[in-house]
Amino acid sequence: MTLRIGPRTSQIIAYCVLLLMTAITVIVLFFIIGYVFKNGLGQITWQFLTDRTRDMGKEGGIFPSILGTLFVTVLAIAIATPLGVGSAVYLVEYTRGGLIRRIISFGADCLAGVPSIIFGLFGFIFFVITLNLGWSVLSGGLTLAVMIIPTIIRTTEEAIKAVPRAYREISYSLGGGKLDTILKVVLPTSLPGILTGIILGVGRAVGETAAVIFTAGSSLGIPTSFFSSTRTLAVHFYILAREGISMPKAYGTAAVLIIIILLINFVAYRLMHRFMARYY
Amino acid sequence: MAKILIQNVSVSYNGFQALKSVDLEVLANEILGIIGPANSGKSSLLRAINRLSEIDYAQVTGTILLDGENIDTLDRNTLRKRIGLIFATPVVLPGSIYKNISYGPKLHRRFGKKELDELVEHALRAGNLWDEVHDRLKDSASTLSGGQQQRLCIARSIAMDPEVIMMDEPCSGLDPISTAKIEATMLELKTKYTFILVTNNTKQAARVADRTAFFLSGELIEIDRTSRLFTSPKDPRTNDYISGRFG
Repeated sequence: MTLRIGPRTSQIIAYCVLLLMTAITVIVLFFIIGYVFKNGLGQITWQFLTDRTRDMGKEGGIFPSILGTLFVTVLAIAIATPLGVGSAVYLVEYTRGGLIRRIISFGADCLAGVPSIIFGLFGFIFFVITLNLGWSVLSGGLTLAVMIIPTIIRTTEEAIKAVPRAYREISYSLGGGKLDTILKVVLPTSLPGILTGIILGVGRAVGETAAVIFTAGSSLGIPTSFFSSTRTLAVHFYILAREGISMPKAYGTAAVLIIIILLINFVAYRLMHRFMARYY
Repeated sequence: MAKILIQNVSVSYNGFQALKSVDLEVLANEILGIIGPANSGKSSLLRAINRLSEIDYAQVTGTILLDGENIDTLDRNTLRKRIGLIFATPVVLPGSIYKNISYGPKLHRRFGKKELDELVEHALRAGNLWDEVHDRLKDSASTLSGGQQQRLCIARSIAMDPEVIMMDEPCSGLDPISTAKIEATMLELKTKYTFILVTNNTKQAARVADRTAFFLSGELIEIDRTSRLFTSPKDPRTNDYISGRFG
């Protein structure tokens, strides 16, 4: 005789299994954040946030690295967003889903999966050496931009494709040109999706070490121009921990990094909701 | 003179011929009803008239004249401003009721705030929607009911100050009360605009159209004054369709 499980029982089992999976994911996440905060939050003082780094990071604060992270990330996003969104608009609206679009989409997918150290090496050879930009905010920003463009292209592409064809037809039928339609109907409608791509890009850029250590360098001075070498928070954390300079300071840096990422996500989602409330 | 003159127009999509050399005249300030079963080429004809066929990559041959001018020589966006199209499913753009109405006019020229307010009010009044929405113009248009959304679409067309309004089965998803409101709107506006009303509902054509054309499989079978088409059709196929034997 075979053992039969009733529909009620199988429902309960499925529910428990799914709940367990979710619980494991959430617990792991909270454990990591909690662990870093437990060891790092104590380090965060006003002085830690605003002081120069002294004695290779053993003493002082992380102000130069906060600035460096900010500069490199903002530069990367400022370059990658128009390029990525522009490419996606071109791919969806101006190619008829033919070979070119498939090749570029495939290329973007491949690029998105390339390990960041490869981008770092490319950035080092191309931006730092060939273009002679040196270890600088500019080289780092450009490298990160190249790295996150594929993500932005893909998410924007999906967001634009999800805009109902009927919206476009309405716009055309009211005498709107293609550009009017894209700027006033398609892009605003797909903005939440585009923003998601940008947030993912910011997350990748802020947390990146391999791609920036080769390109932005690891200098501890306060960056004053695009051509200053700088050390981002993630790189600073890596060096502090790797070279055993100061574990407390390393955890402090990591905690700041996590807080920054959480803040960016929080602000971006708030902005998005405010926009959606106005628009829908 | 005919408002729109359609001469020997055929439409095909990738070899499939949806409309076969149709000749048709649309008179100024009439409501021309177009009836026929699915796939008879009714929508293809409308989309050829405002050149929306271009985004379908459809091949259109023959000539269409608007006030004696070939539509292919007109600027595409100006043509679409002069000939509005209402779709079967009401589609409101994301954004407020106000924005939905003002979107079209603003594509063509700049407006002052007051002028735009007046235009929106005029369009909504003409679309018989003003009384229901005047106190919530800033609300999202998607909060409106289906019937209200379709009247919003009509108002959106009226805001363009068009010459011709084409409707592609505008009431197919609506309840009888909403349908009656839209039909009343058309009858009121007939003095100002010319209407082409494609409908699946033969009774609707009988109620509002001055003349009615019957299409079947991409061909124009018969066109006549509505009263005559429905009482004494010349073609047996027309008779079969309006008496409900198929379609």
